[in-house]
Amino acid sequence: MVEVHLWSGLRSLTGGQQVVEVQAKTTGELLQELVRVHPQLQGPIKAGVSIAIDGRIIATGLTEPIPEGAEVYLMQRLRGG
Amino acid sequence: MALDDRKSDFTFVGTRPDRPDGLDKVTGRAKFGADAYAPGMLHGAILRSPHAHARIVKIDTSKAEALKDVKAVVTRADFADVPFQPGLEGEFWNVLENVMAGEKALYDGHAVAAVAATSALAARDAIKLIEVEYEVLPHVTDVDKAMAPDAPVIREGAADYSVPEAMHPNVVRYHESGHGDVEAGFAQADLVIEDSFVTEATHQGYIEPHACLASLGGDGKGELWCTTQGHWIAQKTCAALLGIETSQLRVTASEIGGGFGGKTTVFIEPVALALSRKANRPVKLVMTRSEVFRATGPTSSASMDIKIGMKKDGTITAAEGTFRLQGGAFPGAPGDMTAMCAFAPYNLTNVRQVGYDVMANRPKQAAYRAPGAPMGAFAVESVLDELCKKLGLDPLDVRLKNAAHEGTRASYGPTYERIGLVETLEAAKAHPHYSAPLKPGQGRGISCGFWFNHGGETSVSLALSEDGSAQVMVGTPDIGGSRASMALMAAEVLGIPYENIRVTVADTATLGYNDVSHGSRVTYASGLATIKAARHAVEKLCERAAAKWGIPVDAVKWENGCAVPSGPNAGDFDPLPLADITADMGATGGPISGHFEATPEGAGVSFGTHIVDAEVDPETGKTSVTRYTVIQDAGKAIHPTYVEGQYQGGAAQGIGWALNEEYIYGDDGRLQNSIFLDYRIPVASDLPMIDTVIVEVPNPGHPFGVRGVGETGIVPPLAAIANAVSHAAGVRMRQLPMSPPRILAALKENG
Repeated sequence: MVEVHLWSGLRSLTGGQQVVEVQAKTTGELLQELVRVHPQLQGPIKAGVSIAIDGRIIATGLTEPIPEGAEVYLMQRLRGG
Repeated sequence: MALDDRKSDFTFVGTRPDRPDGLDKVTGRAKFGADAYAPGMLHGAILRSPHAHARIVKIDTSKAEALKDVKAVVTRADFADVPFQPGLEGEFWNVLENVMAGEKALYDGHAVAAVAATSALAARDAIKLIEVEYEVLPHVTDVDKAMAPDAPVIREGAADYSVPEAMHPNVVRYHESGHGDVEAGFAQADLVIEDSFVTEATHQGYIEPHACLASLGGDGKGELWCTTQGHWIAQKTCAALLGIETSQLRVTASEIGGGFGGKTTVFIEPVALALSRKANRPVKLVMTRSEVFRATGPTSSASMDIKIGMKKDGTITAAEGTFRLQGGAFPGAPGDMTAMCAFAPYNLTNVRQVGYDVMANRPKQAAYRAPGAPMGAFAVESVLDELCKKLGLDPLDVRLKNAAHEGTRASYGPTYERIGLVETLEAAKAHPHYSAPLKPGQGRGISCGFWFNHGGETSVSLALSEDGSAQVMVGTPDIGGSRASMALMAAEVLGIPYENIRVTVADTATLGYNDVSHGSRVTYASGLATIKAARHAVEKLCERAAAKWGIPVDAVKWENGCAVPSGPNAGDFDPLPLADITADMGATGGPISGHFEATPEGAGVSFGTHIVDAEVDPETGKTSVTRYTVIQDAGKAIHPTYVEGQYQGGAAQGIGWALNEEYIYGDDGRLQNSIFLDYRIPVASDLPMIDTVIVEVPNPGHPFGVRGVGETGIVPPLAAIANAVSHAAGVRMRQLPMSPPRILAALKENG
């Protein structure tokens, strides 16, 4: 299981949970599972999210592996200039 | 993607060769956006709304169309029917609505109609004959007023999922993050300071205005030449807005006279294409400076509340920030980025940040170097400075005491990998600037700054020539010296001189997709792709050498530009230089090229620390920056001169933002200062020598350790300058720019 830390603004969409456990081996699976467990997360995920795995920020990639026991944070999609 | 075989000793990387575009730039041979011509070319002009907010009741183009020189007139009806979606999901709709108004004009300068005529003069005359009937509506341009209950609604339904109920419809996105218990943290503090700050919108101020040459036929095939930071996004967006297939539109990026984030989207390009399609002739469109100011992306303006608690020993016990950013009449103001970056330099147990994206009757904001981060740093670092002052602490020591490092939980969530903030602070403390005595009337300020950096979709192709030279095709427009950096990285891998490599920014028809030159991503991502493409070519070079020698390919390695046997057992062969292999490559297996396509995901965040001395003339309120030092982590500086240039450029633009630049709106909602005479960017005489220190803490996500350097340099200046000016003036400056009238008012208020 992967513990996914959400940003606190998403708690209203997960019944107050800021950490959600899902079964996922890749970033793509993780997003799919998050929506399956909490359908209301579809909004933010569709709007664009990034995923930090052990501090490395995966901006868009859906195929990045998630190692066992990794620290995983969902983040808003980054935009640059 | 595996990020293996790091390299830390270099032959070419880290040297300072001449820039490859130098001769073109100084002789005028370089072709910018407005330098393209085509047979039968028409000239376009755009009619813009004089109102900040108005319903478009009727547009009558008949008089303009009757002119013999006019070959086409377009309005919104000439573009595709792009579906509306809330927030940033509907970004194509947002861009279309910005490119050409639909039912309402949403800001002073909003495009309403356009004309193509046989001369630029005829086109400008013709737009005056277009009659638009407006129903003027109430407007709002200030961020706090735009959130107030009685503010005019700019567009119902623009808010996305994130906005709490009962907020004004002009609030379109909301962000909240953090960790710990801020209230408990404030209770532990010996001193808590709560304060509010305001910054005005500024323009990226690129010297080259937007310009393009477009050709689109009735068959849906088109050509577009334009000044842009990303021709693939221009291709994709224009195709969507015109209702044509993406691959049928070939886009070529011109040389670019500055972008800084402002050329990461389209403005005139779809209009020129629509005019061309209607006239069946090429159409050139060039913005005037006034159009650039009125209708292209300035930054957001911001209103911010900060609360920080500190112990007497300088430990920060809690930090809280609310950041309200106004981004024009469309979603997109980076309140989320401001919130996530604001406290990122610090190791905080208790932190909470809230960001708002607010619409107002202003042009659609566009990215500007580290979009959103400079404003937040201004507010946070000002409060930190005030805490240090009141507690009698050294501001650098306090920052060092609280600095984030590897293993720190970032204010925005995850745990940091190896980062270089502490190294920049230590370098600042050791720098002679920090201990130099100040003259009476001068003040010194420091600030830290943070930016995420980005990877993004990237394709690079490298081809070797028979004479042993190499050409590299990249897809990221060169906005900061990237052709030199790519050549150095390719030289490092191939082992041939920098001068033997030519780097070209390829068009959309000749290379795979490339994300925009933004997010400080080019030296990181295109650089990584160049290294990988060069290694791909080296693999083939080794294969050819192995075949010549009749040994297995794994018995050959590449060293100093030559194939050599990998060890004594591989055989006794003289080193085979690259040029000896390419000389007959057509007969030994065909052309040798290397390719790489991927989305690198290890950009590595970046930090900087700035030291500023300033003095204030109490009679006129004029501020002079007398000394400036930038210290920033580059991971690995590929071409140090360009890195220093990025640092100096960030400081220079920050000085403008801090001291003079601002969008000034009248009560009528019209922009009052839409030319450079009235919108004052710093000139050479306004700037001191800007010293730079390159700190190198390698990024584990890049083969050579590169971190992007393009954006972080503009994050600390607003705060560092404000702290210096506040000390010099003896009064805390809470509003930017700190223009002479504001300085005088603050001095007067302070007695």
